Amino acid sequence: MANASANPKGSGALIRIDSVTKRYPDGTVAVDRLSLEIPDRSITVLVGPSGCGKTTTLRMINRMVEPSEGTILLDGEDIQRRPVTTLRRSMGYVIQNAGLFQHRTILDNIATVPRVLGWGKQKARARAAELMERVGLDTALAKRYPYQLSGGQQQRVGVARALAADPPVLLMDEPFSAVDPVVRKGLQDELLRIQDELGKTIVFVTHDIDEAIKLGTMVAVMREGGHLAQYAPPAELLSHPADAFVEDFLGADRGIRRLSFFPAAELPLTTGQVITADATAEQLAAPDEPWLLITDADGRPLGWGERRDLTAGDIRTDRLLPHGRPFVPGSDSLRTALDSAVLSPAGHAVAVDDTGRVTGVVSQATIGEAIRSAHAGGHADEAKVAS
Amino acid sequence: MNVLNFVNAFFSDSAHWHGYDGIPQRLLEHIQYSVLALALAAAIGLPVGLLTGHTGRGGNALAFIATAARALPSFGLLVLIVIMMGFGLLPVMIPLVILAVPPILVTTYEAVRTVDPSPVDAARGMGMHESRILFQVELPVALPLILSGLRSAAIQIVSTATIAAYVSLGGLGRYIVDGLYQRDYEKVVGGATLVAVLALVTLALFWAVGRLAVSPGVRRR
Repeated sequence: MANASANPKGSGALIRIDSVTKRYPDGTVAVDRLSLEIPDRSITVLVGPSGCGKTTTLRMINRMVEPSEGTILLDGEDIQRRPVTTLRRSMGYVIQNAGLFQHRTILDNIATVPRVLGWGKQKARARAAELMERVGLDTALAKRYPYQLSGGQQQRVGVARALAADPPVLLMDEPFSAVDPVVRKGLQDELLRIQDELGKTIVFVTHDIDEAIKLGTMVAVMREGGHLAQYAPPAELLSHPADAFVEDFLGADRGIRRLSFFPAAELPLTTGQVITADATAEQLAAPDEPWLLITDADGRPLGWGERRDLTAGDIRTDRLLPHGRPFVPGSDSLRTALDSAVLSPAGHAVAVDDTGRVTGVVSQATIGEAIRSAHAGGHADEAKVAS
Repeated sequence: MNVLNFVNAFFSDSAHWHGYDGIPQRLLEHIQYSVLALALAAAIGLPVGLLTGHTGRGGNALAFIATAARALPSFGLLVLIVIMMGFGLLPVMIPLVILAVPPILVTTYEAVRTVDPSPVDAARGMGMHESRILFQVELPVALPLILSGLRSAAIQIVSTATIAAYVSLGGLGRYIVDGLYQRDYEKVVGGATLVAVLALVTLALFWAVGRLAVSPGVRRR
């Protein structure tokens, strides 16, 4: 049962969707003979354009929608055999706009399911306070009401509420669609961190392919009419899209995005062009390069300058060109390195260590060679590199 | 002759302050009729409104019944019922209840039906029973609107309960009916003033109930 990419610490359950069809009385088919094995203790993303049946599929797992045909098994047991409320209480449920109870305080919102399960008020509230910290909410907000919180904070409350009774499964229906991109990125990072700690079986619905690739251990791409177009880990999706629909849905830059799955650790760095601001005339003349990266005495990058414009002892650091965002070879991907090189006036990406000191530079051409050899090496890393 | 003079004369006459026709007695009777009628109307209007609002079914039928009920003239109905049933408290209650049910029923239905669907969806997805969803998720949010329905019903009852006097019952209507019959305009104005004051007190009462019963999260302050 253990999955290679699953979190070994978790308490999640395996979900098997077996040739499930949802047909409405008017004849519309929302989901058509869908079969999907959702691994335990990992994030599985259902992604696709609107009307592809992704939300219907999710809602069939907690029986908010009953399938017309087929079965859904939770750890081998048919979900139809459990009372519907018992089933739902074993699955956290997070929806778009959070759906908080506006008449209850934040603490009591989070304590909802424990209270429904019959926990005492004190115990439920203590648990709720613990969860506020887990999802990165200031406990000073406990006595506030939902209208007093921002959209991002409300969504954190929604996640905390879903986790309150420690369910093995978490169902998330476009939970981050209604917040702005900066807040969304924060919520995504937080979800990955929480999942790292808790190891739930998370089924996540989104229409955003970038979100799917960022969050998913497995990604199910669905198309109109409730058909499964491809079910694969994100790196495989980017390298081998099953058909034209998937390729089109991935967008024009899937090649660039795929670079997120290759680490930048192997890139050969050079240090010849890296010069401190107090360099002598000989040091300035030594490298056979038109562009020099000037650093401060600590080794932190200040900017790029053309050698013919630089005078020893009188380097005007305020007139240097910006060095762009540097990359950290140990933790960044080839995508970040390439981005850094493309943005650099010198055509070189700046590599720094964890403390921000320059460890070297690498040219676009060298990154290009690394990309070619990475592709030749076949599959991208299974372990996703933070991008 | 000034209305204020009438009011002053009526309230400063000590004879009006005691006995079976005194202000405290008539006021008490009026309040009793009103509370009884409101309780009966709420007992009909609230459950039906909550249930139809929660299921979202039967809205058109409700609107039809409510419009029809509103079209009935209370006084005409009272006379008709008294002719059919004779004198008593029940013939007075029927038109008052018919008057009060529509605002309670329609606002309760609308209040519950228009509750934001996403918390309800979340509650259902978390495994709450339907009754718990209605009473713990929908009702607290719908409460301000439901109270406003009860409030308009209550004020209409207080004003209309004066008709009880036409069929030999008490209440503040006694002063108006008797005053008109006796050409004692001091009494008429005094009775009408008391009805108006009682209506304002009702308004204040509902405001206080709203402050106490509605969550600060719904009131948003």
